[in-house]
Amino acid sequence: MTVKLSCSNLWKVYGPDAASLFDGGGVPSDEVLTSGGYIGAVRNAGFDVEEGEILVLMGLSGSGKSTLLRCLSRLIEPTAGSVCFEGQDITHADEKSLRSLRRHKMGMVFQNFGLLPHRTALQNVVFPLEIQGLPRIVRERKALDLLNLVGLEGRETYYPRELSGGQQQRVGIARSLAVEPDVWLLDEPFSALDPLIRREMQDEFIRLQRSLKKTIVFVTHDFDEAVRLADRIAIMRGGIMVQLGTPEDLVVSPADSYVAEFTKTAPKARLIRARTAMQPLAGFTDIGSDDAVIPADATIEEAAPSVLAGKAQAIVIDDEGHPLGELTRGRVIEILFAPPEAEAAEAAANRDEAAL
Amino acid sequence: MSVRSAGLEEGKPVPSPAVPIAVGVALLVVVLAIFNPAWSDRWPESWEIPLAAWTTSAFQWLANDLSFGLFTFRNLTRGIAWLLDRPFDLVEGVLFRGFRGLGLGPIPWLALSLALGIAGYRLGGTRLAMLAALGVAYLAIFGVWKDSMRTLSLVAVTVPLAALVGIGLGVLATRKARAEKILQFLFDIMQATPHLAYLGPVAAFFGFGSVPGMIATAIFAMPPMARCTILGIRTVPDSVLEAGVMAGCSPRQLLWRVQLPAAKRTLLVGVNQVIMQTLAMAVIASLIGASGLGHKLLFSLQQLQLGKAIESGVAIVIMAIVLDRLSQAWAKFTPNHLEEEKVWWQRHRALLSVIGTVIVVSLLSMALPFLAKLPKSLTITTAPFWDGGIRWMSKNLFDYLEFLRDDFTLHVLIPLRNFFLWLPWPALAGFVGILAWRIGGTKPMLISLGLLLFILVTGFWVPAMMTLYLTSLAAVICMGLGVPIGIWSARSPSASKVILTICDTLQTFPSFIYLIPVIMLFRVGDLASLVAIIGYAMVPAIRYTNLGLSRVPPSVVEAARASGTAKRQMLFKVKLPMAMPEIMLGLNQTIVLALSMTAITALIGSRDLGQQILKALPDLDTGRGLLAGLCIAAIGLIASQMIESWVKQRKKQLGLSG
Repeated sequence: MTVKLSCSNLWKVYGPDAASLFDGGGVPSDEVLTSGGYIGAVRNAGFDVEEGEILVLMGLSGSGKSTLLRCLSRLIEPTAGSVCFEGQDITHADEKSLRSLRRHKMGMVFQNFGLLPHRTALQNVVFPLEIQGLPRIVRERKALDLLNLVGLEGRETYYPRELSGGQQQRVGIARSLAVEPDVWLLDEPFSALDPLIRREMQDEFIRLQRSLKKTIVFVTHDFDEAVRLADRIAIMRGGIMVQLGTPEDLVVSPADSYVAEFTKTAPKARLIRARTAMQPLAGFTDIGSDDAVIPADATIEEAAPSVLAGKAQAIVIDDEGHPLGELTRGRVIEILFAPPEAEAAEAAANRDEAAL
Repeated sequence: MSVRSAGLEEGKPVPSPAVPIAVGVALLVVVLAIFNPAWSDRWPESWEIPLAAWTTSAFQWLANDLSFGLFTFRNLTRGIAWLLDRPFDLVEGVLFRGFRGLGLGPIPWLALSLALGIAGYRLGGTRLAMLAALGVAYLAIFGVWKDSMRTLSLVAVTVPLAALVGIGLGVLATRKARAEKILQFLFDIMQATPHLAYLGPVAAFFGFGSVPGMIATAIFAMPPMARCTILGIRTVPDSVLEAGVMAGCSPRQLLWRVQLPAAKRTLLVGVNQVIMQTLAMAVIASLIGASGLGHKLLFSLQQLQLGKAIESGVAIVIMAIVLDRLSQAWAKFTPNHLEEEKVWWQRHRALLSVIGTVIVVSLLSMALPFLAKLPKSLTITTAPFWDGGIRWMSKNLFDYLEFLRDDFTLHVLIPLRNFFLWLPWPALAGFVGILAWRIGGTKPMLISLGLLLFILVTGFWVPAMMTLYLTSLAAVICMGLGVPIGIWSARSPSASKVILTICDTLQTFPSFIYLIPVIMLFRVGDLASLVAIIGYAMVPAIRYTNLGLSRVPPSVVEAARASGTAKRQMLFKVKLPMAMPEIMLGLNQTIVLALSMTAITALIGSRDLGQQILKALPDLDTGRGLLAGLCIAAIGLIASQMIESWVKQRKKQLGLSG
C-alpha cells in the first residue's frame, strides 16, 4: 500500500495575521486562540490516505471538516503544516503546478453541487476537460460515457435547474470523474438530498468505487453514512481530530464520550468482527466436530446464525485454520441486542475515568 | 462598546449626551434668531471659497492649454470623439440615414417593426411581440420616425459602450479591494448627482453635439452596470466558484467561463438599467446638442407648443416601454433542454427569421416605397388633437386649476419657501448635525456637517435652500401618498397587480416627460415643479412599502394572529414596524429621485441648484455647473447616509438580514 495523500501538523487559523502565531515553530495554545479572537478551524490535523482507501472526515457543522478537505487541495490555504500528494510537498507549490494538479489529479464533489447554471449536464461534465484543452470530440465522448456511468443517459441537454437534486449531484459526480482523478474529494455530497435519494446515491457510490478504486476523502456529518462507506473515519470536533480509526475501532473503543455519542446508534453487529469480540482460548484446543467455525474477519452479524444455532462452542479461526478464540453466545446476544446506549456510555465513562 | 455593556449589566441606561447638546443648539438657534447677526443670516461672501471659478479655469486650462508634448489634450478629446463617431455613424446609417455610397437605404420601418416583433416573440411570447412591433410601427405611422431613430442610434451605441465599461470596472472592483473602495465612493457621488450636472464638464471637453451627448449619457448610465457586475460576481455560489478552481481554471478562465456566465442574469438586469438610464439621459443630452426626440421635446416645450411636445413625449414613452420590456424579457429568458436538442437552424430560427424579414422587406420596399418610409400623406400627426384638447382644457378647466394653483401657492408654497430662505444656516446645521449624531453617531454627523459646509463655502446656499424646499416638500407628499398606496397594494392582490404595473410603467418614463402634463395643467411655477417632482419620485415610496410589507415573515403574522391581533393592530403594531427599514429605503430612493427631478424643473423656471447648472451650460461655466450638481449630490448624500445607517441598525435589531 502506498500513501497517496497525507497531511501533517495542519492548521487553519482565521484571524488577524494568524500566520504570526506559528513564528518560531511553536503552535498556539487554546488560550492564545480564544484571547486573540482567532478561530482555529483546523488544529493540528495529520493523517495518511492510502491508495484506494476511503477516508471519511466526520463531524458536526463547524467542526472544520470541510475546511480540512479544502486545505488538502489548497482551495483554502493552510496556516501551518504540510500537505503531501504522492510524496511531494504541495504546501508551497506555485499557482501553475497547483493548477496542473487540479486539472489532472484531483476531482471534487460539492454539497450544493456547484454546477455551472449556464451549461447543460453534458457541458458541465465537459467543463474540466475543456479547461484541460482536450479536443471537442474526445471530451464529449468521454463526458457522454460518464453521464451513462452515473445513469443520466437521455438527460445530456438538460440544464441544472431542470434536474432534480439527485440528478444534479450525479452530474457533479460525473464532472469530478471526468479528468480521471487519482484523488477524489467529496464534500458532503449527499447531505442536500432527501433521505431516500441519499441512500440510493450511497449505494451508487459504493458501486462506482468498487470499479474505480479511487483514493477518496469523503466529508459527512452523518455517522451512518460514514460507517457505510468508510475504510477509516476521522472524527472531528472544534477543529481537532478526536479519533481516527476503522468503524469497528470507533464502536468498540470510542476515544471519548463525544465519539461514543455518535457510535451509540451504529449497527454494531455489522461492524464488530469475530476477532474483536472473541475471548482468547485458555490453552490449545482441538476443534470438536460439533463446534461452529467462525472466520476471524466475519462480522458478528455474519457469525450470529452459526453461533446461535450451534450445539457446542463457536471457535474463531485465522486464515490458516488455527483456532484463535471462542465466541460465546452471551457475547453475540449482547452485541446483537444489548441496549447500545448503556454499553457505549459505560465504555465512554470508563475511558473518561481512565483519562483522568 | 465595553462601557455600554457594563452599563447594561448594572441595569442602568447609559446617560445620553444628546439631550444637553440638543438643548444647547436649540438655545443657540433662539439666540441667533433674536439677535440675527449678519453672518448667521447669510454666509458672508468673504468666507466663500471661489471653487467654482477655480474649477472653470482648470477645465479651460485642460481643454485649451494642456499638452502632452506630441499632442494636446484637445487633440486627445477630439480623437476620442472621432473614434466614438465611427460606430455612431454606422448605426445612424443603418437606422435612418442610409449609405448613399453603397446605394443602400436605411432599414425599412416595417423591417425594424417586424424584427423587434420577432425578438419579442422569442423572448416573451405573443404579447411582447405585439407590443414591440406595434410600438415601432407607431413611431413610423405617427410621423416621428426620424427623430426616434436618432434617439435610438444614440441608445444603440451608448448602451454597449456603457455596459462594457461598467462590466470592466465591476470586474476590477471584485479583484482589487482598493479599487472597489474608490469606485463605490465615486458611484455613490455619481448616482446622487442629477443628470443635468454631467452635461457641463463633457461639453467643456468635447463641445456640443450628438457625440458629447453620447459621452455624457454613457458616463451617467455606467454605474448601475458596474454595481450589477459586482453584485453578480459576488453572488455566484461558492461551490460554483470552487468547482471552477478545482477544474484547474486560470484566473482568466475563471472570469470568462465561470463568474461572468454564472452572473449572466444579474448582468442583464444591469443592461436593462443601462438602457433605461441611457434613454432618460439621451433626452436630457439634447441640452448639449444631441439630436432626436429629446431635442424636439425640449424645443417644443420652450416654444410652449404643447401639442408637439406631447407627440414627442409619447414617442419617447413608447420607445422606453418597448426597450424596457424587451430587455427585461431578455434578462428573464432561460433556455431549456428542448431547445438544446434541436438542430442548428431551429435553435437560431429567431435570428434567421429576423435576417430573412429584413431582406424580404427591403426588397419589397423597392417596389412599394411606403414600406421603407411612410410618405407624409400617410402619417398621422397627433399634435392638433393634443392642441385641441389643451385648448378645451384651458377654456373649461384652467379657471378652476388656476384658482387652486394660486391659492395653494399663496398659502402653502410661498410661506414654506420663505421659511427655508429665512432659516439661518447655523440652525439647519445644528438640526442636521444632531439628527445625524442621534441616528448614527459621530461619523455620520461629521460627514453631514462637512457636506453642509461644502454647500456654504461654494456659495450655493440660497439655491440649495430652494432645492431643499421643493425636494423635502415633495418627499413628504410622496411618502404621505405613497405609503398608504403601498399598504393598500400589499393588502389586495388585485389592486397590487394594477398598482405595480402602473409603477413599472411610470418608472420607465424619462424624467423630462413629467414636465409636459404639469405645464398643461398649471403652466409654470412652483406648483407645476412640485407636481412633476412628486410624479417622478413617488414610485419608490409605493414599491418599497409594498415590498417591506410582503416581506414580513408569515410566521410572525401567524403568531400575531394566533394571539388575537385585530386588523388595524396587525398593521400598526406588527407589519409596519417590521417593514419600516424597507419603507425608509424607499424614502431614500424617493429623495434621490426628487433631487434629480428638482434639477430638471429648472427647465420650467424653478430657481434652484438645477437653474445654476442650466445657466452655466451655454457660458461653459463648468465649475459653477459642476459644483451646483455636487451640492445636489451633497444634499442627497446627507439624507441617504443617515437613512442607511438607521436602516442598518434597525434591521439588526429586528433580526432581518441584508
